[in-house]
Amino acid sequence: MPPSADTAATGAPAPAAPGPGSGAHDGPDGGLRLSSLTKRYANGFTAVHDLDLDVPRGSFIALLGPSGCGKTTTLRMVAGLEVPTSGRITLAGQDITDRRAHQRPVNTVFQNYALFPHLDIYENVAFGLRRRKVRDVESKVRAMLELVELDSQARKRPAQLSGGQQQRVALARALINEPEVLLLDEPLGALDLKLRRSMQIEIKRIQVEVGLTFMHVTHDQEEAMTMADTVAVMNGGVIEQLGAPAELYENPRSTFVANFLGQSNLIEGRVLSRSADVTTLDMHGITVSVPTARTHTDGEGGWIGIRPEKVLIGEEGADLDAPGNTVPGGVVSDVSFVGVSTQYLVRMPWGQELQVFSQNTGRTRMFTVGEKVELSWRPEYAFCLDINQDAAAGVDDGETR
Amino acid sequence: MTQAAQAVPETATLAAEPSGSRRRRGRTGYLLMLPATLWLLLFFVVPFYSLVATSLFDASGSDFRGYEMTYAWGNYVDVVEAYWQPFLRSLWYAALATGICLVLGYVLAYAIAFKAGRWKWLLLVLVIAPFFTSFLVRTLSWQLILSDEGFVVDALQFLRVLGPDDRLLATPVAVVAGLAYNFLPFMVLPLFASLDKIDPRLVEASSDLYAHPFVGFWKVTWPLSLPGVVSGTLLTFIPAAGDYINAEFLGSTNQRVIGNVIQGQFIDANNSPVAAALSVLLMVLIVAMVLVYVRRAGTEELL
Repeated sequence: MPPSADTAATGAPAPAAPGPGSGAHDGPDGGLRLSSLTKRYANGFTAVHDLDLDVPRGSFIALLGPSGCGKTTTLRMVAGLEVPTSGRITLAGQDITDRRAHQRPVNTVFQNYALFPHLDIYENVAFGLRRRKVRDVESKVRAMLELVELDSQARKRPAQLSGGQQQRVALARALINEPEVLLLDEPLGALDLKLRRSMQIEIKRIQVEVGLTFMHVTHDQEEAMTMADTVAVMNGGVIEQLGAPAELYENPRSTFVANFLGQSNLIEGRVLSRSADVTTLDMHGITVSVPTARTHTDGEGGWIGIRPEKVLIGEEGADLDAPGNTVPGGVVSDVSFVGVSTQYLVRMPWGQELQVFSQNTGRTRMFTVGEKVELSWRPEYAFCLDINQDAAAGVDDGETR
Repeated sequence: MTQAAQAVPETATLAAEPSGSRRRRGRTGYLLMLPATLWLLLFFVVPFYSLVATSLFDASGSDFRGYEMTYAWGNYVDVVEAYWQPFLRSLWYAALATGICLVLGYVLAYAIAFKAGRWKWLLLVLVIAPFFTSFLVRTLSWQLILSDEGFVVDALQFLRVLGPDDRLLATPVAVVAGLAYNFLPFMVLPLFASLDKIDPRLVEASSDLYAHPFVGFWKVTWPLSLPGVVSGTLLTFIPAAGDYINAEFLGSTNQRVIGNVIQGQFIDANNSPVAAALSVLLMVLIVAMVLVYVRRAGTEELL
């Protein structure tokens, strides 16, 4: 959910906001709208294909996808650093497609920050204000440096700061202009894991505090899910699925999303019957059911999807708390204990290995390799995807970090 | 003599080499410095001493009769009085040529660094290509290009830029053009090295922060290229101020520069003390100007 309306309203009225009256015509809140945006390069490669996206004002959206999926190109088109082949970009009710980068009320936090090495921190942050001849530079810069806790470093050069500090300068340099949209291009990629976690929370806090629209590009699904209200999963130049993080995770509509966001077991099945509530499928001789609302295929067959942590594991014949889909005949083929959970690979009678994450609650014992087990899951957690999609789509992309 | 002027900062860097805390490492350091020290001693300190000494000889002597060391500081006063005009002319021509080189070289280096794409290295080779012919040959071919019957004069006369009797050869224009041509690569290469290092994302960042491309150039690209500007102007100005080939081949007696005078005094007039005094004066003058310039440009802050 976007931050409450009053945060957005009290958050400093952007001086870059267009004149009165605009915004009333296009969209209820004058956010960012991309309509059939396409970018085709001279060599014929289509980076972004006919993309439509509505970003309400004051929300935090993440464009998530593997490298080459078009997320950065999309961001650069919004910034004005890349010219779209076709399509329009509307911001706060104004068509900005033909405006040049320096004429757009948009600021970017660049990957690797792109801080001006010849200017000190103060002048880096003041750069945008000075170009627009804003008054009161001194107090604004001081306030912004305080917000990112760098007021004591004002006269240092970027090279004298640590990575995390440079990151905050980049953020301050963009934020101080109170843009209609703040673009973040993999801003945390260069930081180590611990710092990245704290910066994620920090950026999210600042976004809520200033109430600006943030558009964040990342290939890190965890980062996207922690920070954004809305995540757009991109692949091959199109948005595969758009929604709140939990919605995307629990109810993916394509094998790519199912694999890229977390991990999924995808098991081949054949549709037996469909009703308004439940779709019944035959899964290698076992009848399983999936809520129809979570069935995203009209075909005969389907990939039955279940997240590893939703699968319960028990001894043969054990009474598992998962009425509905019980799958007997598994053999444990790999066990890895990672502390909070135990991750099993279970070979099924039809030859496929399924992943099972068993929470370390202490209530169940650990199984060993070679043991016969029974798997089970609640039908409402399962989902069903188009069998024509590649079951391995997004697997490698999601793993690499 | 220009090489000598450049050798001065070299000694400074050598001396500043960090010496190890342990004595053995310290001794190795001095051993490693030995070749360079000997080199400087032999080819800089000794000749420089001899030059300064010669400049203080009694100017009434000659190479045949020999000289007497009379600490004739008056030599310096005499040469300034006699030759202040070619002195100023040298500096003026060198400054003009450096200015022209900076404008032409910056545009060229900028284009090679940012716009040439895959042609980058080919263009750089083309910049250096003139070095495959000798300096003299190149300057002599400018005599042909600028000659009274040459196409440049013809074209300018046709356009009425030049009158029917005007010429280019034997004018300051020809000398400055020759200097600018000959020293352009010394400007382009350091400028290219500086510009090529600039992250294009910095320019993107400036336009993202509301800077018009011209403003972005002035606030980001230009200051970041200053080290190249400083070294390029030095590498052009210093040799151009001491050059006499261009004035010799492309100018007339009215364009005599200090290099011509020194050469004349030394070779034709056999007046070594005067030639030496002029050389020392030129060197001191250039070193002083370079020091002031580098200090004012303040480029060390960029590093």
